[in-house]
Amino acid sequence: MRTPIAYFLVLSAILFAIGSVAVLVRPNALRIFMGVELQLNAVNLTLVAFSRMHLELDGQILAFFSMVVAAAEVVVGLAIIVAVFRRTATTDVDRASVLRG
Amino acid sequence: MDTMPWLTLVIAAPLVGLPVLALWRSISDDAARWVGLGSTLVAFVVSIGMLVTFETGQAGLQMVSKHPWVESIGLSWFVGVDGFSIWLVMVTTFMFPIAVVASWKVDHQVRRFMAVSLFLETVILGAFLALDLLLFFLFFEALLFPMYYVIGVWGSKRRVYAATKFLLYTMFGSAFLLVGILYLSVQAADQLGRPTFDLTLLEQVRLSTEQGRWLFLAFFIGFAVKVPVWPLHTWLPDAHTEAPTKGSIVLAAILLKTGPYGMLRFNLDLFPDASRYFADAIMVLAVVGIIYGAVVAMMQSDIKRLIAYSSVSHMGLIVLGIFAFSAEAIDGAVLQMVNHGLSTGMLFLVFGMLYERTHTREIAELGGIVHATPWLAGAYVIAMLSSIGLPGLNNFVGEFLVLLGTFSVDRVLASIAIVGVILSAIYMLWSYQRAFQGPVSARWSSLPDISWREGALVAPIVVAMLWIGLQPAPVLERLRPTAEQVSQRLIDDAPATDIAADGPAEEAP
Amino acid sequence: MIDVIWLAVALPLVASGANMLAGKRFGGRGAGHRSGWVATAAMTASFVVALGALLQLLSLPAEERTQVVTVAEWIRAGAVSVSFDLRVDPLSITMALVVTGVGSLIHLYAIGYMEHDARPWRFFGYTNLFCAFMLALVLADDFLLLYLGWEGVGLCSYLLIGFWSDRPEAASAAKKAFITTRIGDVALMLGLFVMFMHFGSFEFDTVLGHEGALPEIATGTATAISLLLLGGAVGKSAQLPLHVWLPDAMAGPTPVSALIHAATMVTAGVYLVVRSHALFEVSEVALTVVAIVGISGALYGGLASIGQYDMKRALAYSTMSQLGFMFLAAGLGFYPIAIALLVAHAFYKALLFLASGNVMHGLDDEIDVRRLGGLRLDMPWTAALFAAGALSLSGLPPFSGFFTKDAILEVASHDGVVWAYVLGSLAALVSAWYIARLFFQAFMGERRYQGHAHEAPALMRIPLVVLAAGGLFAGIVLAFTPEGRLATFLEPTLGHIEEGHAGPSTATLIAISVAVTLAGIGIAWRLYRPANEARWTSFPEREPGMSAVLGRAFYVDALYGFVVGTIGLRAGEALSRFDRTVVDGAVNGIGRLTTWASGLAPVWQSGRARRYALSFLAGGAALLLFMVVRI
Repeated sequence: MRTPIAYFLVLSAILFAIGSVAVLVRPNALRIFMGVELQLNAVNLTLVAFSRMHLELDGQILAFFSMVVAAAEVVVGLAIIVAVFRRTATTDVDRASVLRG
Repeated sequence: MDTMPWLTLVIAAPLVGLPVLALWRSISDDAARWVGLGSTLVAFVVSIGMLVTFETGQAGLQMVSKHPWVESIGLSWFVGVDGFSIWLVMVTTFMFPIAVVASWKVDHQVRRFMAVSLFLETVILGAFLALDLLLFFLFFEALLFPMYYVIGVWGSKRRVYAATKFLLYTMFGSAFLLVGILYLSVQAADQLGRPTFDLTLLEQVRLSTEQGRWLFLAFFIGFAVKVPVWPLHTWLPDAHTEAPTKGSIVLAAILLKTGPYGMLRFNLDLFPDASRYFADAIMVLAVVGIIYGAVVAMMQSDIKRLIAYSSVSHMGLIVLGIFAFSAEAIDGAVLQMVNHGLSTGMLFLVFGMLYERTHTREIAELGGIVHATPWLAGAYVIAMLSSIGLPGLNNFVGEFLVLLGTFSVDRVLASIAIVGVILSAIYMLWSYQRAFQGPVSARWSSLPDISWREGALVAPIVVAMLWIGLQPAPVLERLRPTAEQVSQRLIDDAPATDIAADGPAEEAP
Repeated sequence: MIDVIWLAVALPLVASGANMLAGKRFGGRGAGHRSGWVATAAMTASFVVALGALLQLLSLPAEERTQVVTVAEWIRAGAVSVSFDLRVDPLSITMALVVTGVGSLIHLYAIGYMEHDARPWRFFGYTNLFCAFMLALVLADDFLLLYLGWEGVGLCSYLLIGFWSDRPEAASAAKKAFITTRIGDVALMLGLFVMFMHFGSFEFDTVLGHEGALPEIATGTATAISLLLLGGAVGKSAQLPLHVWLPDAMAGPTPVSALIHAATMVTAGVYLVVRSHALFEVSEVALTVVAIVGISGALYGGLASIGQYDMKRALAYSTMSQLGFMFLAAGLGFYPIAIALLVAHAFYKALLFLASGNVMHGLDDEIDVRRLGGLRLDMPWTAALFAAGALSLSGLPPFSGFFTKDAILEVASHDGVVWAYVLGSLAALVSAWYIARLFFQAFMGERRYQGHAHEAPALMRIPLVVLAAGGLFAGIVLAFTPEGRLATFLEPTLGHIEEGHAGPSTATLIAISVAVTLAGIGIAWRLYRPANEARWTSFPEREPGMSAVLGRAFYVDALYGFVVGTIGLRAGEALSRFDRTVVDGAVNGIGRLTTWASGLAPVWQSGRARRYALSFLAGGAALLLFMVVRI
């Protein structure tokens, strides 16, 4: 008996929601970052779950892509955060709004 | 048969010096100037080769070369020259070395200045020679950016305002042009089975009357801003005034010509019916521009603005000639494009020399200069006389042909336009009197007169002016067949009803 | 010499180029500066060429006396085809001889006159250039080449009037001259357009027809062309209503006034009308208008001359009046007499100008007759020469004015054109009056100037003596009767003109005309004789009554000044303001609108990453919701 797909989706939705809330309410860049990771992983979970349901590998491949992109994004993102921190001594994203149009 | 790809060479020639300027970052200012001058001279020499190869007496396109570029959308490297474009190419390659030397004293980012100049020359030449509409559009748009930098970086006080206005205004016009080109290409894809921007193929696209008119307007607006046709002219005085001498020369002598050239090449060719339909209205706009530009020029207190408004007036005459459709008028209009390049280019050149000495453009601050610098004033007088159409100098021939050709089509408009001849004398002589004549003023009494370098710049233009004024045959005979062909297509091939309605009235027996 | 007639144009042109480019290096000081001699030599050589051409022409039978020499092609475009063709025929060679002959003498004189100038080479460069253009004008074989010369002489006139451009009035006068004549030139150009529409050519032979045969043209078209050509002539020859530039043009050096504004350029209008007489004759209206323009110019100029205290201005109005007589003659159809008067006038008016130039030279540029007087004591030569010019002009027999100007009145009367005779006689009376006045005021009586007026050097007297001889006797030699020698010579070009037999006999007319002239001199003597000096030397600057009206030349100039200077300037300023505020304002307005609209956008562009995330999320959610609802 397989675990119904709904279980995975609900879990994924919960994780995504937690991630979104983290992104929206925390001013600290690192925490936002964690929130984003959570969102990404929620999506990954969905992908893998659907992959399993359809018995195809596409979803898993996409999940791998997404992980790689996430890793790259972490590198770039952290680098930016460090650079911003060096300049402004804060990781509060709201303070880094000088680039607005 | 000559197999040299002359036109591609002409377009590429100014770029010879570009790698040096781009890669050798520590190049000295002087070396950069010489590289710039050298490259423009190479372009001039190559264009002479093209002129020699050009076969006189042929109306059609010559030295055509066509290579597919982006086949999926139908873009090709398609260049060719005919009696119209050859002279615009020549005036471009002729004026550019002069413009470069005129800016010899620019000492701010010389390397970049020269690089931008060379790029500018290439794209202008490309615009005059491209026969693929998309290719033309690429060049037509690309020339805005070097010009934007020339004005915006090396200009005078309000340079950023002027440069931005220039860029946005002309881009505004180009947007219409692009839409027109794309629409036409889509029609071509429908009718010919594949997308193309090839001018010779697009000519065959059948358009309904409505489509033709809308497309005509889209193209016309695109070019009218560049000309500029009244009332789309206000970017010109600002751009001219704020640009450095070189920028003004290039802008007046060459860049403005892409507008009337585009009308002649694309509007008349692609939409002959619509051209006939709109001709009267455009001629009225042109005449308004002639008079309006002249009157406003009269009232300017800044010499460069005055020359800019005189350009509005003169360019109106060119547009008038194009849309009069008669062979004389088109001959005259094309000749006038060359002439205006020489005379207005020289006005800006000589005034630039004066500006280097006095650092003012205000007529009221000048005065009595002629006594300190008789040769400089003499050069200005020659440019001025050419500009007001004195017979024996270049402008007269073109002006006369345009007015005569227009007179045969529409007497009233020609008679109004001819008033511009009086007005041009008024604003030029009046400003000359205020800026150059009058009592010797202590402030300017020790200005140095023209130097050898400056004399060497002025002399070739004067020679060209006299040559065209007294012996225009070499220019006209290469130009005439093309003009006659265009004129014939527009007048003789018109539907019979048009002739009865709009044709010249019968002479009394 | 006919084949090389182009040399007549080329020689002054080359000399001009040499003088303008390298004249400074020619060396010599003062009157010895070689630039003047180079210029004079070029003019003399040009005169010799013209003379040679004349002799060769005379050796040909009358019907072959029209020769065309093609030099080069000029413009060919569409249906237009114009060459540099020079035409040697009796009319053109007469004009060429006047230009080169009088021109050489004036150049010679100018060497002396310009000796104190800092840059004589520039002056002579311009005058030579002028002569080249003037010769191109008179020798041209088609109207477009004529137009080239026409504009070219206008340019040189501009350059020479403004020669002393540090004087504001000279610079203004130069500009005024150029622009005013350009109004006429535009009419001329329109005339050329109509001509081209009809004939498809600018060539004399095509347009004017051969051998006296009239061109085939409708009267209306001929009237249009003729009147437009007349418009050009009126501008160049300073006739009403485009005359205002001529008096001001006297701000130029005096030799220029003599050369350009008396002997040659201003007569170009007369030449144009006479040259195109075939067209004018098609149209009764055009000829009448020419005659009316002529007689009104003759009267107006003469009356205005009376009111001038500036000798040169008085002579300028006199030139206008004399040109009016020429137009009158042309309008009545007596072209040879118009040309005879033109030739004679070239001599004596150049003489009068140069004589007043001597006065200026001797008296530090004093030219106001109220501050002259008694000059015969210090400057006997000049006084005698001026008297010779005055006698020639006034129309006393046996001098030139009588055989030319009064000949016009005679033939007018014989043709039964009474109005022309009466008004012309009135103008003749005025002519004698103003010229006698000038002589009495400037040369008679006691010295009213300070210091000593020194007589002009020989260099400035010899040319005048030659001119005086020409001025006094050109009439009797060339035109003893209205069908005299000149008329016979000009016949191949101008056709044979039959005089009518109406009105009083010739003897009566001569008596009347002598009486009229003497009356004019008498009036002048009565008003301006030394005994009455106090009456006119004490006028304040703005005199009252009639003399003010005459002095201001009936306020025409003031009216134009008001129209151009006030109304025109206001209109120009208004248009300029319109351009700045409305046309450019609209452009900048659109720019500002765009900027303002984009100013609203930053609400979304807070730069706060979390807000972006929220809107992103909200957008995504909205999209999802939309899809759910759709499905």
